[in-house]
Amino acid sequence: MLSYLAKRLAGFVPLLLGISFVSFLVMAMAPGTPVDLMTDLNPKASPEARERLEKFYGLDQPLYVQYGLWLGRIVQGDLGTSFSRDRRPVLDKIAEALPITLFLNVLDLALILGLAIPIGIYSAARQYSLVDRATTVFVFIGFAMPSFWVALLAMMLFGEQLGWLPISGLRSLDYDSMSALGQIGDRVRHLILPVGIAALTGLAGLSRYMRSSMLEVLRQDYIQTARAKGLSETVVVYRHALRNALLPVVTILGLSIPGLIGGSVIAETIFAIPGMGRLFYTSVLMRDYPVVMGITLIGAVLTLLGNLLADLMYVAVDPRLRKR
Amino acid sequence: MLRRLLRNPLAAAGGLIVLALFAAAAGAPWLAPYDPSDFDAAYVLDGPSVRHLLGTDGLGRDVLSRMLFGARVSLMVGFVSVGIASLVGVTLGAVAGYFRGVVDTVLMRFVDVMLTFPTFFLILAVIAYLDASIWNIMLVIGLTSWMGVCRLVRAEVLSLRERDFLVAAEALGMKPSRVILRHALPNAMAPVFVAGILGVAGAILVESALSFLGIGVQPPQPSWGNILTEGKSTLGVAWWLSVCPGLAILITVLGYNLLGEGLRDVLDPRLRAR
Amino acid sequence: MSKVSTVSDVSDVRGTNGKRLLDVRGLATAFDTSEGIVRAVDGVDFHVGEGETVALVGESGCGKSVTALSILRLVQAPAGRIVAGRIELAGVNLLELPEAEMRKVRGAKIAMIFQEPMTSLNPVLTVGYQIAEAVRLHRGLSKREAWKEAVRVLDLVEIPDAAERAAGYPHQLSGGMRQRVMIAMALSCDPRLLIADEPTTALDVTIQAQILELLDSLRARLGMALLLITHDLGVVAERAERVLVMYAGRVIEEGPVDRVFAEPHHPYTRGLLRSVPRLGRERAPLATIPGVVPKLNALPAGCRFRDRCDAAVAECASVDPALEPLGEGRRVACIVATRRGGLES
Ligand SMILES: Nc1ncnc2c1ncn2[C@@H]1O[C@H](COP(=O)(O)OP(=O)(O)OP(=O)(O)O)[C@@H](O)[C@H]1O
Ligand SMILES: [Mg+2]
Repeated sequence: MLSYLAKRLAGFVPLLLGISFVSFLVMAMAPGTPVDLMTDLNPKASPEARERLEKFYGLDQPLYVQYGLWLGRIVQGDLGTSFSRDRRPVLDKIAEALPITLFLNVLDLALILGLAIPIGIYSAARQYSLVDRATTVFVFIGFAMPSFWVALLAMMLFGEQLGWLPISGLRSLDYDSMSALGQIGDRVRHLILPVGIAALTGLAGLSRYMRSSMLEVLRQDYIQTARAKGLSETVVVYRHALRNALLPVVTILGLSIPGLIGGSVIAETIFAIPGMGRLFYTSVLMRDYPVVMGITLIGAVLTLLGNLLADLMYVAVDPRLRKR
Repeated sequence: MLRRLLRNPLAAAGGLIVLALFAAAAGAPWLAPYDPSDFDAAYVLDGPSVRHLLGTDGLGRDVLSRMLFGARVSLMVGFVSVGIASLVGVTLGAVAGYFRGVVDTVLMRFVDVMLTFPTFFLILAVIAYLDASIWNIMLVIGLTSWMGVCRLVRAEVLSLRERDFLVAAEALGMKPSRVILRHALPNAMAPVFVAGILGVAGAILVESALSFLGIGVQPPQPSWGNILTEGKSTLGVAWWLSVCPGLAILITVLGYNLLGEGLRDVLDPRLRAR
Repeated sequence: MSKVSTVSDVSDVRGTNGKRLLDVRGLATAFDTSEGIVRAVDGVDFHVGEGETVALVGESGCGKSVTALSILRLVQAPAGRIVAGRIELAGVNLLELPEAEMRKVRGAKIAMIFQEPMTSLNPVLTVGYQIAEAVRLHRGLSKREAWKEAVRVLDLVEIPDAAERAAGYPHQLSGGMRQRVMIAMALSCDPRLLIADEPTTALDVTIQAQILELLDSLRARLGMALLLITHDLGVVAERAERVLVMYAGRVIEEGPVDRVFAEPHHPYTRGLLRSVPRLGRERAPLATIPGVVPKLNALPAGCRFRDRCDAAVAECASVDPALEPLGEGRRVACIVATRRGGLES
């Protein structure tokens, strides 16, 4: 198991190098530098000042040198300093935003899995039942629904019209003056819309996937064997079919992590949540290279770790992959 | 085949939606009651009425007309980006499957990298740097969504390579590349086509998200996504600005998805997700 | 032969100690498919006596597996369903049992072994668990005892290191070993009837004989009846007392193996026997019977074997022959054969 882990982690290195290089290249080839941005705002900036600035940011070096320098610093855990006015280390900014995004995504995932798996099982076990048909319709619509639009509608309904839920940020302005219990309640109320909507839109794909995976498994010979033993349908489905049906779902989970991270950008922007997605969005608009690259890299690392986790889960569920 | 497609009511509905969208996009200049950028100053943020069926936006522009012209944007983004993705995917897939060995390994690793990458991050970064324009959007969406097609085509070409008749054809002096073009690609076309239709839906969703975030299609050019942006800023005031474009996106994406899944059932019953 | 025909009324119980364990009457099972309703089993009659070995043979697709699954009521709804007939086990019509009662029959009174040992065991559960599960369910043993029992039956089917194997997973076993596990599982609850659906088709020739030998000796030892579905007429000759020949969803000939093999009545059986170059060899294609099995959703009127039959007469186009007794415990569904048999007697 340990050697497997080591091997997998070693395999990440070229992947990460590839990813960092792609993102570096994209960033470097793009027109418009942060110096442009600053000097645009200040038409009086002299060419010398420009040069000084470029030197300051290392932009006067050839590309591969810039990449090399950047990579060298990364390895030491230094992601550079932000180009934005506050000049804070990128690592600090990310460290602030990352936990929020992680927390939200884990919450989303838990909710999605908690709902999608039972829905998928149920509609597979009762194929063509009313619930199954209703699920299919929901899945098709849910698949087509732009999450930001649903968010907008929910904000309109629960925020503006009914006034039940807050529609931005993670806590109210008067948070500090609340009682401990009130603080918890306030947090939960802020989470309902973003998490609920992410779950709602993520649910469609996964429940459909779970359903077809379950249907596939229910057709297998060993299910016939289990039934021939006289086991009840409940035992057949939950004891014999479920674990087999979860295998491909685990894989899909690993693959869906990039999507989740990408989705954070939209959700966090709409709900004004100070997570990594919003940080990324604002940094992109500001052409804040170091932050953008830092986040991209962290996003890739997270994705790889997610994939690794999914693989480990796979090994845990499937004895065929376990060594004796 | 068409008959089988029509027999599936969901797929037929999807086809109908797609047809209607084509009609709306093509006929936008005639169907639209107003010029999409004309201001009706007396009717700013006016709700749906006989004069403006879907109301007006903050500048007094007719929402229905803007939506009709927005349909052109989604149509174009959908098809052009899928075209780019298919082109890249088919080419790289054929190359990888044909040459095998190192070329294949490198390309497939690259596919892995692209799949691991949070694509939306990449799109966002690139778009912001290239300056948002409809062309850049199409390019970037296309260049970040070819991996599935690439794998499909590669598998098809690989399986063909392993078969005897390619050897036989080569022995007969036929150029193997010709054989690939003649046999493998047509075989792979059905799934690629289905993937393409579903890809159109995906591209439209991404475009609308980008435009909504303000880094997609730029006003005054109307797109469903950027109409929604205004919907957000007038949240409690002008519901029609939020509801209409979102519904349009929903129906469009639904239409392509239904059509795509229906086509898959017809073209390859084995792939059916029951 | 004239003497024998006078005992034709008791002929059905020949070859047994007199009791019918399983009695199937007019069984019909249909599937809804995109090409219409397929009657995979279409009026099947047969019985299995206590402790008897009955072989069920016939071409691929003639409905052997569906018959077996129907007996256990495991035909998958909603596409497939049993549309007519009775299936009596020791006098109880299984088709009328509520599902909960039926579950007490499956595995406990009737057990089944499938064709594909590679896919018949659940890959994510241990071998021992899969056996113990049935034991706990039907014999009410504790977890501990059931596990011991699982190890015991694994030992019974001659799996080396049974205790260790029980804790292992199916993928660690070869095909032959897995089929032994299936047999162990089937025997674990001491069923009265074991249905083995081509238990050796997927195995190596050398292992086939071992598995059959094991199956046969265990059957004799435990005194259960065996319904053996097979393609291999050599196996039938060697192991079975009676044979049922199926064609396109019907039993078209039945009788004691030695009698049927020595003197087949139905033209199809004759063709079947002729197509085997030497008894005891591996199954051979039915090359000597011209034509193909008719589509089960578009059966011709009259006898369903007519088109491929070398003995067909004009009447065969209109009369759908029923399974008629011919004496010596034999029955045949062929008007030509019945007539000849009748003349002889
Ligand atoms: N689930 C199903 N859906 C539709 N048709 C089915 C189904 N299962 C079986 N059939 C049909 O029933 C017929 C009998 O099938 P069955 O499996 O009983 O054949 P068999 O005699 O066991 O053949 P083999 O020797 O190949 O195992 C086949 O022609 C098949 O088309
Ligand atoms: Mg069979």
